[in-house]
Amino acid sequence: MYEVVAREEMADGEIVSNEILAPQIAKKAKPGQFVIMIANERGERVPLTMAKVDKEKGTITVIYMVVGKSTRLFSSIKVGEGFRDVVGPLGSPTHIEKKDGTVICIGGGTALAVLHPITKAYFEAGNRVITIVGARTAKHLILEDEMRAVSTEFHICTDDGSKGYHGFGTDVMEQVIAKEKIAEVVAIGPVPMMKYTSSLTKKHGIPTVVSLNPIMIDGTGMCGGCRVTIDGKTKFACVDGPEFDGHQVDFDGLIRRLQAYNLEERCSDNEYCKLND
Amino acid sequence: MEFEKEVKYLTKKERRKIPLQHMPEMAPEIRKDCFDEVTLGYSLHEAQMEAARCIQCKDPACVAGCPVGINIPKFLEEIVEGDLDSSIDTVWDKTALPAVCGRVCPQEIQCEIVCVVGKKKGVEPVAIGNLEMFIADWARASGIKNNPAIPPSTGKKIAVVGSGPAGITVAGDLAKKGHKVTIYEALHRAGGVLLYGIPEFRLAKDIVDYELDALRDLGVEIKCNQVIGRTIDIDELLEEYGYDAVFVGVGAGLPNFLNIPGEDLNGVFSANEYLTRANLMKAFDFPNVDTPIIAGRKVAILGAGNVAMDAARTAVRLGAKSVNIVYRRTRAQSPSRHIEIHHAEEEGVNFHFLRSPIEFIGDASGRLVGVSCQVMELGEPDEGGRQRPIPVGDEHQYIDCDLAIIAIGTSANPLLTNVTEGLELNRWGNIQADPKTGKTTKDKVWAGGDITLGQATVILAMGMGRDAATSIDEYLKTK
Repeated sequence: MYEVVAREEMADGEIVSNEILAPQIAKKAKPGQFVIMIANERGERVPLTMAKVDKEKGTITVIYMVVGKSTRLFSSIKVGEGFRDVVGPLGSPTHIEKKDGTVICIGGGTALAVLHPITKAYFEAGNRVITIVGARTAKHLILEDEMRAVSTEFHICTDDGSKGYHGFGTDVMEQVIAKEKIAEVVAIGPVPMMKYTSSLTKKHGIPTVVSLNPIMIDGTGMCGGCRVTIDGKTKFACVDGPEFDGHQVDFDGLIRRLQAYNLEERCSDNEYCKLND
Repeated sequence: MEFEKEVKYLTKKERRKIPLQHMPEMAPEIRKDCFDEVTLGYSLHEAQMEAARCIQCKDPACVAGCPVGINIPKFLEEIVEGDLDSSIDTVWDKTALPAVCGRVCPQEIQCEIVCVVGKKKGVEPVAIGNLEMFIADWARASGIKNNPAIPPSTGKKIAVVGSGPAGITVAGDLAKKGHKVTIYEALHRAGGVLLYGIPEFRLAKDIVDYELDALRDLGVEIKCNQVIGRTIDIDELLEEYGYDAVFVGVGAGLPNFLNIPGEDLNGVFSANEYLTRANLMKAFDFPNVDTPIIAGRKVAILGAGNVAMDAARTAVRLGAKSVNIVYRRTRAQSPSRHIEIHHAEEEGVNFHFLRSPIEFIGDASGRLVGVSCQVMELGEPDEGGRQRPIPVGDEHQYIDCDLAIIAIGTSANPLLTNVTEGLELNRWGNIQADPKTGKTTKDKVWAGGDITLGQATVILAMGMGRDAATSIDEYLKTK
């Protein structure tokens, strides 16, 4: 069992953070890597990118939105209880270096949990980092203070205007691009957001890194379920990624593949909610 | 055929009259709807009759044909004698996994093909595999465990990477020599391909668990959720963890794709993914378990090896209306065991030979609706002497399907080998290991099974595991 040592709810419980005791993983984990977690005996394998790693305490933190049966199960695990399985760190770490120019880190929703350690690493590597974070509403904005602390310049956007700029992060990004030389953009969030961001940066010729989250089982290259098309070639997100050149990703293919089990996911969730009503 | 006396009292002449004892099987129309094992196993009488067909050759070719060298005539005669305790000991002396091997070994190209009984026209060789299954199942049902005397601890520690057939064999052999063995498994359950690859209806998973428990009884520790190359590196195992030797048996877990248009459509799977969902994650029980699987109404399987048969027969059990195996060569060239093709046909699987898939067709929402195939014919033999399939003009066949499973083999998974210094690979990415000892180019590291052989069989992996264990033990003695 992998014990949950701390648990926090955000956005009125829609978003949950779990700090989990996993010293082996914490020791090796680098920004951009993920773990696969299983709630219980009958659970599925769920990949989640690590939001925080505490090497001294030997813990890792994951943050997820409660959207279906598995995340409901995850969120029902109390402090002192645990996950049946946690395996990792998986995937290739983010390639962090001092860039010749500004780095934009743009993200939204729970993906800010993934973006945070990467932003921090870029910032600590001595880069000028402009961070643009987005959320549906002010309530859904997570890790605001943490992100601000690792940014040279910090922008907030919400879809409903309840906090910061009223609109999409990409609008703000365009304003930033117009003002200064950007060496790289890191975009992590919902797939349509990454797609749009990548198409904008492509126009400006700015290298862009995205982090993909396709459906996955083993996470070690064994099943091929997480295959994505990169520059016309098949790659496995679990071992070749999860980060890829945003200009080469077939986002439409990814969106399609993410919907493969929509029906089954709804069915599973409904059954679970009925049982726990 | 019945005799008046017990089998063990039959004369040589009477023994020669015994016909092949057929393996009792569940009827196709019943087994099509469930995942229970197809083979039901011999009764004691059937086993004794079959074992009595062995003529006890002085220089038995079957033993030489067995990759782990089981003393086949001896364990057969012990069955005839009714001395089942001795029989299982004879088998255990050479293999830790008789219940598995009895079921999945290709005996027809190993021990049975060289059986002298089968050399006579119209006579089948002794069904050695069925008898191995019988004796192993008898031991399990009787609660008899393999409890060899273990010598005092040598104080040496060995790490085994991967809990498949190669790793299990190495671990068992070294534990019996008094070494402390720890198996590191990447998935959340141990067993490797026996668990995620081979379906329940061909190898019940409680058999695998039983064999793993037997390993634990020998003092072997099994750690799951350990991806060597990520969670821990091989160098860390040797230096920080203080292992005296490491055996790498991680399998060939990287599915090959066809690289044809439409391969990323929803409904196109690698056999690895499909079988992993069904076997390891038990998705056939969805939504009682959380992992879903696309059942498929019309299913196309691309490839015709054993894995293709497993995928096809899994699709049948998940309720497919039609299951079609598509293969670019002919039936005779299929790499599958004959029995697997036979079982698949009994269960209603259709075969389309000399058809090469060229494109997956999808609907507007990105779901698979069919696969287009080029019609082929056999051309000139290649270097290996196998006739190469060549296209027949632009003749095509379109096969309707909402599920396609690609079963054209696997390659070496580079996850571990990419991050391990000093481990030389061949041009296919497999680890270079001495064919006799499994020793790699890296100090203190041995390897075996599919990661060195490419794709092979359970028993060959076990044979390599046996050789590597012997070599590791010899090495440790010099330390």
